[in-house]
Amino acid sequence: MTSRRTLADREDVLGSVMLAPALGYVILLVGVPFVLAIALSFSNATAGSLSFQWAGLGNYVAILGDSIFLRALRNSVVVTVGTQVLVIILATAAAQVFRATFRGKRVARFVLLLPWAVPVSLAAIAWTWIFDSTFSVINWTLKAAGLLHGWVYWLGDPALALLAIIIVQAWRIFPFATVIVLAGLASIPQEIMEAAIVDGAGFWRRLLQIELPLLLPVVAVAVLFGVVYTATDLGVVYILTGGGPANTTHVLPTLAFQRGILGADLGQGAAIAVFLLPFLIVVAIAMLRIARRAEVGGAGGTGGAR
Amino acid sequence: MKRVALYAAALAFTLFAGFPFYWMLVTTFKQNRDLYVGASDVSHIPWIFNDPPTLEHVKLLFGQTEFPRWVVNTLLVVAAVVVITVAVAVPAGYSLARLAGRWGERLGMGIFFTYLIPPTLLFVPFARLVSLLGLQDSLASLILIYPTMTIPFCTWLVMGFLRSVPWDIEEQAMIDGYSRLAVIVKVAPRLIVPGILTVIVFTFTLVLQEFVYALTFISSVDKMTVSLGVPIALVRGDVYHWGALMAAALFTSIPLAIVYNVFIDRFIQGFTMGAVKG
Repeated sequence: MTSRRTLADREDVLGSVMLAPALGYVILLVGVPFVLAIALSFSNATAGSLSFQWAGLGNYVAILGDSIFLRALRNSVVVTVGTQVLVIILATAAAQVFRATFRGKRVARFVLLLPWAVPVSLAAIAWTWIFDSTFSVINWTLKAAGLLHGWVYWLGDPALALLAIIIVQAWRIFPFATVIVLAGLASIPQEIMEAAIVDGAGFWRRLLQIELPLLLPVVAVAVLFGVVYTATDLGVVYILTGGGPANTTHVLPTLAFQRGILGADLGQGAAIAVFLLPFLIVVAIAMLRIARRAEVGGAGGTGGAR
Repeated sequence: MKRVALYAAALAFTLFAGFPFYWMLVTTFKQNRDLYVGASDVSHIPWIFNDPPTLEHVKLLFGQTEFPRWVVNTLLVVAAVVVITVAVAVPAGYSLARLAGRWGERLGMGIFFTYLIPPTLLFVPFARLVSLLGLQDSLASLILIYPTMTIPFCTWLVMGFLRSVPWDIEEQAMIDGYSRLAVIVKVAPRLIVPGILTVIVFTFTLVLQEFVYALTFISSVDKMTVSLGVPIALVRGDVYHWGALMAAALFTSIPLAIVYNVFIDRFIQGFTMGAVKG
């Protein structure tokens, strides 16, 4: 570089100008609303009027004494954990299948990705039809196979409805997790696996003692996104059950929507949504740790590029 | 034997993933008298066409519902959000990758993390903000708010993409006498084209999939997007037009599925944030 340093050569100035709109958008329309979301939870704001007063812990006292809220909180935990367990099992198994080559793999891969591509609300309405109380194809198939003698009201029974919600959430998230685990498998150096084979390690030993430990960071990323996608999702429960029967299948987002938007009690809606924060904080901390480890681990390999 | 197990497992996963789409397909083209037979009647097989297929549900969807209107609304929102996202996220990604020095990485990660703040936490303050601005029940509300989701992820995508593009070409241009600004205006855009394409595709898929904000802001049927209108407004009272509903779900899924298959690897690079070395 020469010594002529006009404004057009000042990297710091150019960098700031180019970054400013994005930073502004994120601060004004994510940062400020985020603070407002928490502030509103301590207020008695309603949708009708613009003025609001501090209500202290009033909203929290109200919801913590509310059995519907406590049930929604429990459901959120059950659905989130249940879904992730299913997703981990399905995704690691599916990744083992899809790393192999077989005829028709391209078609199979296309179909596997469908659940992730389809809009949540449209997938949910399709599943609502599949679980229909009169026309459920699942019931027909179970009956035709001789496995079902009475009748199953999938969305009419609280426990079965929760199970249905977990199935739908796992269905829509496991393809995403599978692809991430596949990417992780592809990044395991070939020499390690060859050395293991030479040393006489069988399939299960290679899977359990070499691949899974090496895959841990990648599986963690898949699980963390899965937690965010399930815990904060409104569409599946809203469309599948609407929180029913009798408010037994609400999760935090649907209850926050019902109270905050439909019921116009913004303060209480905000307070309910705030209970999503613990899920997100755990995820954020875990992600930071993974990212830092990747940074340290990858420093030797990629340092030269900088 | 091992091959048999492999094919069986592949088939099982494919069936689980694809079964709702097969069910959409069958429902879309079935006649009502073939469709609405109670599942307790074991002699009537619901998996196949017992009567000849029909186009009546498709005609109903496109002729007598607001579905075409929702498609137009969705495309309008997509176009506006794409313009905003590209204009804001691409320069920001470039800045973080090439100009911000050692702060770039951390700042980029900070911006990416805001992508994790979910709509279900922000819809309460946004409901207030949107009505303060007088934007309730308008497509403008979606155009204003959707970039809060696309900008963080796309800035991150562009930043990651640029790190894989060699610095040589820009450096050579500067040695040839271009100013830093001239490099950004004249040389860099050509290098970022594939990155911009990914940004457009991601924005397209996100707008098509978004449900929470649309549900919160939009109440008029003629202002709805596809992902809101189909599950909310095609169901009138207790009358479910399942044929038309599944047709709408099917026709919306197809373009998205194709796009995902083409761009999946780029998205995954964004999600795994370097935990996977490509």
